[in-house]
Amino acid sequence: MHKHLLDSYGHLDSPVHRRPAWLKVIAALATVILLVVSPPSVILFAAVALILLIVAAISRVPAVFLIKRLVLLEPFVLGVAVLTLFQPHGGVRFLVVATRSTLCLFTLVLLANTTPFSDLLDVLKRARVPSLMVTTLALMFRYLFVLKDESARMRAAHASRTFTADRRHTWHATASVLGQLFVRCGLRADRIYAAMCARGWK
Amino acid sequence: MHIPDGFLDARTAATAAALSIGGLGLAVRRARVQLPARKVPLMGLAAAFVFAGQMLNFPVAGGTSGHLVGGVLCGVLLGPSAAVLVISCVLIVQCLAFGDGGVLALGANIFNMAIVSAVGGYAIYRGLHRIFPGERGRLLAVAVASWAATVAAAVVCAGQLALSGTAPWSVTLPAMAWVHMLIGVGEAIITTLVVASIARSRPELLDAARPAPSRGAELLLFGGLIALGLALFVAPFASALPDGLDHAATLLGFAARERHVLAKAPLAEYHLPGVQSPALATALAGGIGTVLMFAIAWAMARLLVRAERNGPQPTEAPGA
Repeated sequence: MHKHLLDSYGHLDSPVHRRPAWLKVIAALATVILLVVSPPSVILFAAVALILLIVAAISRVPAVFLIKRLVLLEPFVLGVAVLTLFQPHGGVRFLVVATRSTLCLFTLVLLANTTPFSDLLDVLKRARVPSLMVTTLALMFRYLFVLKDESARMRAAHASRTFTADRRHTWHATASVLGQLFVRCGLRADRIYAAMCARGWK
Repeated sequence: MHIPDGFLDARTAATAAALSIGGLGLAVRRARVQLPARKVPLMGLAAAFVFAGQMLNFPVAGGTSGHLVGGVLCGVLLGPSAAVLVISCVLIVQCLAFGDGGVLALGANIFNMAIVSAVGGYAIYRGLHRIFPGERGRLLAVAVASWAATVAAAVVCAGQLALSGTAPWSVTLPAMAWVHMLIGVGEAIITTLVVASIARSRPELLDAARPAPSRGAELLLFGGLIALGLALFVAPFASALPDGLDHAATLLGFAARERHVLAKAPLAEYHLPGVQSPALATALAGGIGTVLMFAIAWAMARLLVRAERNGPQPTEAPGA
């Protein structure tokens, strides 16, 4: 489900990418707050959509990628939005909420794909987020891809040694992969700590 | 259960954010005291583990698939404060780097999944494990805690959505609770299997979250925070009389919605003839579900621990 989520265009070069990260974060936050706080109006939604499309065009992030990303995340928006249908004037509310939420989502997707994650971390650090959290976020982002590959390797190794695709076994297998992955995380964390100390951390 | 942006009004989002910041501050402070420096990288790795673990799908009935959420698993493996920190980081990365879950809703998402689910789940696990000691007791406690924590987070989430005026409580509660009573079963089974697999290969890791001397105070503080959240998000609806609902919507909805609600209030009441009954039915179902979950958990614990005694599982540690 999250497979495509791991690509990012944060490292492209464009006028949008060159803006400082804090500016983009504040702009994105302001857009989302504006969308959430203001009473629903077609003009506002259209204006925000237009601005976002212009930013997307300048940023040179491929349109196909953006559409794919939105399509991937849209089910979560619609899943919650369905709840609004069961009340008087549900249809109108559904449209309002779905549009508003989709525009917010578009804003976030644009922010994520015009700003490298390390720059976002820098913004968090400057916003006085505790250093333990920033370190955790940084390490998490660094090892996300490593662990994803590791779990894929473990699954492949398992698949190549078994011939049944019995459901009960799949659950067992997934659980052992997860358990083993956690154990390896602990070992890897110890090695990382040693490496960090060797390089003068703290 | 990631709430996207646009579903919570500013007031609910701000309240939830304040509670989350309080919880995170507490978690960071506790983690700084409890965690030795060499365990700091483990936080990042555990967060990456939860994220990567959520990408491993397993088949559920009818062509759908599920995945681990990991709140209670983190609580059991790392202890409450570290779990809050780890799950919050997962939610922050999912939101900022991948657009999964809203940025204004981040406070609510952290409160529901990192605080209610992980800490609440840990507390239930500890309590039950104390009543049911031993290896089987542990697995039973893990299963029930995972289920209950998933449902509890969903109920709080339903309260936040209703408080925001997105949909009435009589809709959000049954919808969220029912769906998550089912999702919770999957979460309970997979969490229990993972804990059983870790208990088989590295039992000492499960003792890492043994109660530290200050853990009682820690749980008390988090408990107060959760109680405050319940009072703010769920209690307004606990006596869910129709006029109470309208009153809350009028009080908390913002201008445009307020007008809408006021004008349509009588209609709304006619459209929802038994506002109280869905909530009651859901509460009843929750009770029955808890009993059922205990039965499932007991059966699983029996099965898994006996299997271990009779020799290793056929599918153990692939690729190890």
